[in-house]
Amino acid sequence: MSNTIDLRGVCCPTNFVKAKLALEMIDAGEVVEFLLDDGEPVKNVPRSLKDEGHKLLNLKETDGFYILTMEKVE
Amino acid sequence: MAAGRKKSSIDLNNLKAGGFIKERGKDLFTVRLRVPGGRMAVTRLKKIAEVAEKFGGEFVHLSVRQSIELININFHDFDTVVAELGEGEQKVASCGARVRVPVACGGCEYNPNGLVDTQRSAMEVDRDLFGIETGHHKFKVGFSGCPFDCPKAAINDVGFVGAIWPELDRDECISCGLCAKSCAEGAIAMDPENKPVFSPDRCTYCGDCVKVCPTEAWKTVKKGYTVRIGGKWGRHPLIGTLYATFLPEEKVVEFIAAVLAWYKEKAEGLGRTRLGDVIIREGSASLLDHLRRTFPDNVVGKTILPQVVDNRVG
Repeated sequence: MSNTIDLRGVCCPTNFVKAKLALEMIDAGEVVEFLLDDGEPVKNVPRSLKDEGHKLLNLKETDGFYILTMEKVE
Repeated sequence: MAAGRKKSSIDLNNLKAGGFIKERGKDLFTVRLRVPGGRMAVTRLKKIAEVAEKFGGEFVHLSVRQSIELININFHDFDTVVAELGEGEQKVASCGARVRVPVACGGCEYNPNGLVDTQRSAMEVDRDLFGIETGHHKFKVGFSGCPFDCPKAAINDVGFVGAIWPELDRDECISCGLCAKSCAEGAIAMDPENKPVFSPDRCTYCGDCVKVCPTEAWKTVKKGYTVRIGGKWGRHPLIGTLYATFLPEEKVVEFIAAVLAWYKEKAEGLGRTRLGDVIIREGSASLLDHLRRTFPDNVVGKTILPQVVDNRVG
């Protein structure tokens, strides 16, 4: 998958704002992966993205961080 | 009366609910404005700034209960200040043994954590109960929109915290695990089939699972306020305890009125005594029974006495 946005090491709310900026460059309907740290980021970022109308697809834990799969909704 | 002196004329009706508080120094008073829930229309704020500039000192003070207080107001100006604030728009608040202006967080219109409309509740309480004389002591009400409880509901005489009860529709769950990850209380764990298992005892009703769920598999099946009664701060703090759960928002005024009725009766003859101290004298069962008659679906089976915070232990 080409749309991978690494938000590890970025704290709230910068990670969410970075996610929003990255999503500006992606077409609606495309699937994106966000790499998120455990703790506040994995609790807050998915909820905020859902609140903006995007479609959350999956969350997977890998080597101490999380991969959130999401479809961009315009 | 000394010859040639003219007595000042002041409309004493304006002073009935209090809100005019004596300052150090001759003739000067603080005028506490009525700002339920801390919401202040920008147009009103401008008006207040004009009045403050004209009659007050160089600053206003933001009180700890969300009021704006005009400082250094000369008592001769009371009537003019009240008139210029615009009686319909910006009223003066209260002090003394009365129902005070309710405090509230921002609520749920723009705050993503808010579960209930605390602003509406605060406005309703302000409209229907503000300024009522308790006969005993002050009476404070506070509203929090979610269990983060920024307004510290449990240190009010009656404190409300927004709450929702979640329920899972397993068929709509896509096993993403976001709910389990989002639950700060560990009330949700994923089972071997990768479906969430809910431990109700751990739930604090915050609704994070509902908010994060991508498919609306977690649903809100109950919504309302958790109610704590008997709190106060000050010299001898008490933490209010649980009396009701999921009290519907539209029953808030009626509920507080019922608490007030019990307080008025039970504190008779006790002098200046807060609700929490009356509960400690009477026992919590008396108030629980009284409230259960009107709110059988929401009042809890048992509770504990207001919790003393011993602030003299060092």
